[in-house]
Amino acid sequence: MRTKIPLLVCLVFGIMMFGQYFSAHPIAKAVYNNILEWWQIIFAFTLLVGVASFARNSLRNISQRKEPIHRSIALAGLLVMPVLALIGGTKTGSPFLWSFQNMLAPMQSTVFSLLAFFVASASYRGFRARTIPATILLVTALIVLIGRIPLAELISQSFPKITFWVQDYPSMAARRAILIGIGLGSMTTALRVILGIERTYLRGE
Amino acid sequence: MVPVVLLVLVLRESVCAAQIEGQSPGWFNTDTTATLVFSFISLVIVLYAILSVRSGRRFKIREIPGLKAVDEAIGRATEMGAPILYTPGWGGDIQRPTTIASMNILSSVAERTAEYDCRLIYPTHDPVIMAVAQEVVKEGYAKAGYPDRFKPDDIFYISSSQFGYAAAVDGIISRIKPASIFLLGTFEAESLIMAETGNSIGSIQIAGTDSTIQLAFFIVACDYTLIGEELFAASGYLSQNESTLASVKAQDMIKILIALFIIAAMIWATIRPLSTWWKF
Repeated sequence: MRTKIPLLVCLVFGIMMFGQYFSAHPIAKAVYNNILEWWQIIFAFTLLVGVASFARNSLRNISQRKEPIHRSIALAGLLVMPVLALIGGTKTGSPFLWSFQNMLAPMQSTVFSLLAFFVASASYRGFRARTIPATILLVTALIVLIGRIPLAELISQSFPKITFWVQDYPSMAARRAILIGIGLGSMTTALRVILGIERTYLRGE
Repeated sequence: MVPVVLLVLVLRESVCAAQIEGQSPGWFNTDTTATLVFSFISLVIVLYAILSVRSGRRFKIREIPGLKAVDEAIGRATEMGAPILYTPGWGGDIQRPTTIASMNILSSVAERTAEYDCRLIYPTHDPVIMAVAQEVVKEGYAKAGYPDRFKPDDIFYISSSQFGYAAAVDGIISRIKPASIFLLGTFEAESLIMAETGNSIGSIQIAGTDSTIQLAFFIVACDYTLIGEELFAASGYLSQNESTLASVKAQDMIKILIALFIIAAMIWATIRPLSTWWKF
């Protein structure tokens, strides 16, 4: 009974969501929108579970003196932001928005900007011409990189053409092959879940 | 009873909403005919493969290096006495097939880490994924016969913010220095930040995602990468469950059909350039 009901709910709603995709009728669209709204409500409740887990983990670590400074700052952020929003609102000029724009956004931008350095180090490793395929990759990457800059046309008129040919044909063909595989994999996984073959999410029972 | 009540509630609310809108196009959207036909063909092939297994037929799938390395990664972590870090990425929620596929691999990884008594850390950005992962890992530990080794606090929620999550996982990797890292799920810009940090500390990294852009980063930064459908085939490969293997095989049959269709359309388009029957 403990697994039969979730499996049945999954089957019924799986078939319903599959069916609504093929309909333009307002009832079908309303079914879709309603289920999305239900999902938002479920998510809001589980967010409380997530926050409780975060707070419990942080408090335990602070009491055990494991990374107490990092954990205290994280916990303070979790507590201060909602308090600021409740006291001053979230409109322009509010302390919440000021904190968001001057503290959270710069921190996120900093982490994002690290990506540039990581791309450089990963490219250096990836483009080392140790084997024939790696050499082909290196030469192709150089052609594409040079072809995308204004200087390319000064070197040769055919550089940009070669670049677009590489992107539109060999690269696109490989990408589409991977995408077909991913699409089919997603579809069979969804079918396995709807038909109740895949039950890992129900503790495998 | 519960599914019926839920169904009635959804339909009642939807009919009310539709009446307020006051439009009534047909029930079937003809623009989706090709998708519907393809879906039914795929469904028939999947059901055929599953029924063949039930009547005694056996399917095998080729070796996938990334999944073969799972034992090596867990063994290495056990020998080093270091934990294993498993992350589903920031991009997906529990509805996404990639996350479901990642959960299937997590189940097998949890079973093995329980056997080897190796710590498994699972930080996530989504509280629903956290709740499901806790259940999956708990079951994995129970299946292995060591339910007491399960630590629910090792599967925890961090933040729903993309770079907040990436920074936190990076911090965990730098401080705890896991011997093996599994990056399996839906990844976006945070993929390379995590993979490069893992690479810098010398962890064995097994990655897989459904994003073709992030796959390129994983191939460069990780030791093993599950490309395309390999991530979805993992469930059958690791569990050796016959029905799951059958659906993976069905996937191959559908792929052959698509390839034949593309070849036929290509030849047809070359012979008769003005023909468009194959366009949809």
